[in-house]
Amino acid sequence: MKRSAPDPPTDLLTGREAAAPAGSRRRPALPALRTRGRDALWFWIFVGPFALGLGVFTYIPLAWSVYLSFFDAHNTVTPDHFIGLGNYTSMLRDGAFTGSLTTFAAFCAFIVPATYLLSLALALMVNRLRRAQAFFRSVFFLPAACSYVVAALIWKMSIFNGVRFGLANTVLGWFGADQTAWLSTTSPPWYWLVIVTVRLWLQAGFYMILFLAGLQRISPVLYEAAAVDGARPGWQVFRHITFPQLRATSVAVVLLLVINAFQAFDEFYNLLSDARGYPPYARPPLVYLYFTALGQEQNLGYGSAGAVILALIIAVVTVGQARWFGLGRKED
Amino acid sequence: MTVSRRMLLAAGAATGAGAALSACGSNTGRGDGSGSAGKGPALQQWYHQYGEQGTEQAVQRYAAAYDKARVTVQWRPGNYDQQTAAALLTDSGPDVFEGSPTLDQIRGGQVVDLTDLIEGVKDDFNPAVLAPKTYRGRIWGIPQVIDMQMLFYRKSLLAKAHIDPPTTLDELVDAAKALTSKQVKGLFLGNDGGAGALGGTPLYAAGLELVTEGGKVGFDDPAAARTLGKLHRLYADKSLLLGAPADWSDPSAFLQGLTAMQWTGLWALPQVQKELGDDFGVLPFPKDGSGAPTVPVGAYGAAVSARSKHKDAAKAFVKWLWVDGTADQKDFALSYGFHIPARISLAKQARQLREGAAADAVRFTTEHSFAEPLLWTQASKTAYQDAVNRIIRDGASPDGQLRTVVRKVSAELDRVQR
Repeated sequence: MKRSAPDPPTDLLTGREAAAPAGSRRRPALPALRTRGRDALWFWIFVGPFALGLGVFTYIPLAWSVYLSFFDAHNTVTPDHFIGLGNYTSMLRDGAFTGSLTTFAAFCAFIVPATYLLSLALALMVNRLRRAQAFFRSVFFLPAACSYVVAALIWKMSIFNGVRFGLANTVLGWFGADQTAWLSTTSPPWYWLVIVTVRLWLQAGFYMILFLAGLQRISPVLYEAAAVDGARPGWQVFRHITFPQLRATSVAVVLLLVINAFQAFDEFYNLLSDARGYPPYARPPLVYLYFTALGQEQNLGYGSAGAVILALIIAVVTVGQARWFGLGRKED
Repeated sequence: MTVSRRMLLAAGAATGAGAALSACGSNTGRGDGSGSAGKGPALQQWYHQYGEQGTEQAVQRYAAAYDKARVTVQWRPGNYDQQTAAALLTDSGPDVFEGSPTLDQIRGGQVVDLTDLIEGVKDDFNPAVLAPKTYRGRIWGIPQVIDMQMLFYRKSLLAKAHIDPPTTLDELVDAAKALTSKQVKGLFLGNDGGAGALGGTPLYAAGLELVTEGGKVGFDDPAAARTLGKLHRLYADKSLLLGAPADWSDPSAFLQGLTAMQWTGLWALPQVQKELGDDFGVLPFPKDGSGAPTVPVGAYGAAVSARSKHKDAAKAFVKWLWVDGTADQKDFALSYGFHIPARISLAKQARQLREGAAADAVRFTTEHSFAEPLLWTQASKTAYQDAVNRIIRDGASPDGQLRTVVRKVSAELDRVQR
């Protein structure tokens, strides 16, 4: 504590090594060794708990799941009936699973651009406000603090319920329209309206904040220069100044959106499942696998095979996306 | 000096962790007998959360009265069947629990053979609910109470539309259509249009079954497609109530006047009686073609986990409560919710079951009920329910859908009978 420490990192590494030769000139090798040993000790003390947690709760289950996927594991996590790739072939031939992948791809292809555009539009609008900007920022951001489960239940039970006193049906009723069972009607598939709006409502505010931060980082000098060069405010400035300047933010937002879409479970499960299971539409893979592996079926081997297939797909997509966006490449 | 500061921190963290660990150690959730009396081994008993007032206190009272073991009751809300399925894989699961038990649990050796417990009184158990607890002649769960489902209808609404209570599926379709107005729908079969709630019921009403006695698919028949196709007519006519805030198992939609008829369970009877008085009647699911009307019945069975450390004590407790304790069984079935006792002798004694709609329900149960066979596993159920969903709501071809289901179910039946 006597030693002056202007900067903790220097204190930990360089400060100590500088002090060692001065203190014990006769045995120069030992202190260095001891230091290295100590550093390793402290490294493990700080990193250990995290690494342990990661290992116990992520890597071991992951490896176990891969192991299970090669067995006929009904109601057991220590199976003994090896069936090789049997689970994989039947999973890939399972219409419900491949159908869920298609469902998911369609959902992803819609929700990612939709959220992107909506949050960008909100950010541009809020950013232009002269007054009450903080108010509108909060208003749009607040839904992000709401849980998916709660929002899904509100959407299901009060806004989009199928009876005449549901909010949506009441409003439509003023114009003489018949009541619509939003979540039960398959043609047209109104349930998508419910699923997509709940997610947009929950997510858009959060990404709007990211875009706002990005917008505020753009130097006003660029806009001044553009004005001097005769760029018309509005689309031209947006197209050539604002949008390119938001590239880093855009890449981050799209990546986060895709990852979030992959994790879609909460609102689907809470909007569409009932005591007897889940309907065969709008069933993303996680929901299907949840019912297979963890539902009453307890077919852990089969469910694990599906999870491994899904993980591989996610890995390929993420790597491809990172390549495509040039993630980690230095910006110029 | 620096080190000592860090050491302090590390030591603090270590003591903190130690305290947390010892805190864990003192509360394992096992064996600290709340709600138990007497001596002997500690047993854990699990129930799913019954909705009716007083049920939890009742089961705790039964457990406390047992003097050969210290029984702790756990009342488990949420996805109960999934919780038990997961808990049976571990050593910290229940000793005694209510469960189906499922075929895979039986085949996997997760539950204990209870055949000898009901020796002598086997014939007193309702065979409809004892059969799904029986596998290869052995009994794996003691039926607790019978739950059944049926069709409730508003007498006044039917009278106003000059409609008689439907006795065939075609009449039901027509009645539902005639009863539908701008404000009131004709029929409520659940928010999914009926696939979940009805399950195999329409097949039994058409004289078919889910799984035959010989363990084969019981609905590989053109009649099945015909019957299920009629359910689509209900949907296409817009006679079905869909998207109600409370699903079919809750009588709210019926009580609020959102629908003229609703498929729900016997458990709803006290509530319906209280709110509607005499203005309702009950029906079985009407017959179709050459079939007969039918109602689905089901029962949770009291089962013993094979991982229990005190299997014999657990079995003795199950025998004491669910075989010998007829007074408690009657109390459990009739004092809180509304169920039919699983024991024929008790059902006959029950005064509450002798008149009105309750008497009808008992008659339906004795005359033409079915329970889902043990061989009808979750994989088959999912495949079948998906298909019925598509038939009802998408108007998919029943023949084509059923062909796929028959193929999947045959494969599943082969697997479980290997």
